[in-house]
Amino acid sequence: MLELRAITAGYVKNAPVVRNVSLTIAPGEAVGLLGPSGCGKSTLARVAALLHRPDSGTLVLDGRPVRRWRHRAPRELRTAFGVVFQQPRLSADPRLALRDLVAEPLRATGRREGLAERVAELASAVGLTPDLLGRRPHEVSDGQLQRACLARALVLRPRWLVCDEMTAMLDASTTAALVAVVEEYRAATGAGLLAVGHDRTLLDRWCDRTVHWETLPARARPAEDGQPAPERVPAG
Amino acid sequence: MTERAPVLSVRGLSVRFLMPGGRRVAAVTDAHFDVAPGECLALVGESGCGKSVLASALLGLLPGNAQTAGQALLGETDLLAADERTLARTVRGRLIGLVPQSPAAHLTPVRTIRSHLRETLTELTGVRGRAALRAAAGKAAERAAFPAGHLDHHPHELSGGLAQRAATALALVGDAPLLLADEPTTGLDRDLVDRTVDELRRHVDEGSEGAEGAEGAGASAGNAGAGRALLMITHDLAAAERIADRVAVMYAGRIVELTDAAAFFGAPGPRHPYSRGLLQALPDRAFTPIPGLPPELGDLPDGCAFAARCARATGACAVPPPLTGTVACHHPHQEPGPRAPAAQPLAPEAADRA
Ligand code: SF4
Repeated sequence: MLELRAITAGYVKNAPVVRNVSLTIAPGEAVGLLGPSGCGKSTLARVAALLHRPDSGTLVLDGRPVRRWRHRAPRELRTAFGVVFQQPRLSADPRLALRDLVAEPLRATGRREGLAERVAELASAVGLTPDLLGRRPHEVSDGQLQRACLARALVLRPRWLVCDEMTAMLDASTTAALVAVVEEYRAATGAGLLAVGHDRTLLDRWCDRTVHWETLPARARPAEDGQPAPERVPAG
Repeated sequence: MTERAPVLSVRGLSVRFLMPGGRRVAAVTDAHFDVAPGECLALVGESGCGKSVLASALLGLLPGNAQTAGQALLGETDLLAADERTLARTVRGRLIGLVPQSPAAHLTPVRTIRSHLRETLTELTGVRGRAALRAAAGKAAERAAFPAGHLDHHPHELSGGLAQRAATALALVGDAPLLLADEPTTGLDRDLVDRTVDELRRHVDEGSEGAEGAEGAGASAGNAGAGRALLMITHDLAAAERIADRVAVMYAGRIVELTDAAAFFGAPGPRHPYSRGLLQALPDRAFTPIPGLPPELGDLPDGCAFAARCARATGACAVPPPLTGTVACHHPHQEPGPRAPAAQPLAPEAADRA
């Protein structure tokens, strides 16, 4: 269970982009978070993925409140999340071949054993050929690079996936392919998903439920909108 | 619409990149299409299919290692043969208005929208003098539905939608007969996508008639009332469906289908297997991806580039299919009309009866 309780967060003092927002994701649940660009939904996703420390509010992960974010977060919490962003070029080290990009989290956490096999397995799941694995980001298309970024997000077998506009730059077929990879992974592992986006048709098709940013419990009007209440009991 | 002389006429356009080590990348191969006044042609395909390279070729913005072949006629000007001076002085802004992919990056961050408009007006029109420029800037903003109250804002102070409108206002200043929109909706919310493309459509329908007030902007007076042509490059099929009159589908550097938008998105649907797959991948359709990946543009197969992913491929597909009619495929899906799916060609008299 991932619970965001009354989160306020932002980048500039006294000008939060997220104000007192709550959202809960049950284990194995896929929640789509829909909203216009610049509304703060990406910031909320970053808080959920331990990438951005909120100004106030609580993140509760499987019953335990999270106290540290980013590099200070305990490793077993950080590695519980796989994150994919909208722009693969901003999140991929341009010096690394795709193979090393995918393997990066394994190396960073000292899991060298079986590394090559794990990378090969994921490459085939996301549809990257051995030839593409040998190339660096500038030698592949956005779609190919995003496939590698998704493989990297899955490489540590996270319990939670956060996909922030993962397919906004991609064509219909690549979008459907990457969503299928995420869903296969979730079916195999039971991982939960927070998919942030602006395309209602896509999120409705992809997720168990879609919540609109505007209707999230916020500003002292909790759960008045008919969304499942934050206390929702997990299915399992 | 076809009786009218096209605004843009592309014939046999090819672009090759010469890479280190002698590798050649066939980014665009033998593209043919026209865009008529008052018409919107959507060029669709996935990233890396060559559609953005094609746009850059039209604007003369290809990198130094690119070689082009063919023709792209815009009025008297062959865009592929024009030198940089011609491109800068008479093509960009005057003959082609560019609606860019990320307006925020296209605009200069330290200057206000008003200052951008003033500069472009000075460059492209005969308007001179503070008061006249001020009025013309206001009018240019209005044409793109950019609110006057935001003219003194800097690009970073604008929402995505307003930045897009500012960029559109700039693209319209030169009253160019061709608007080229390069992924104008990337990253915009669906509502904003709809609004952005509807506004583009309006500029196509209105042509330069929209510029009532005759503020002396008309470098291309010959275009008055004829309607602009719009070439929209996009991976967003929903945006294309909303405004396009015709659709060109690009795959691995080639236009594989060029057809009427209503027939493509509605019945009978696309005829090329790749186009079909692309539409079927949409979340409001089957949401199933096309298996496999597109081939490398530096290492294209000899035959049809889609063969490795195509369920209809046969031995015939080892020979590249030419674009015949609306589609480049040896085994296209059925043509509209009462044609029987015969295994063998019908005899002429049988065809008459059919
Ligand atoms: S030419 Fe052959 S391989 Fe190519 S799209 Fe048509 S049927 Fe498929």
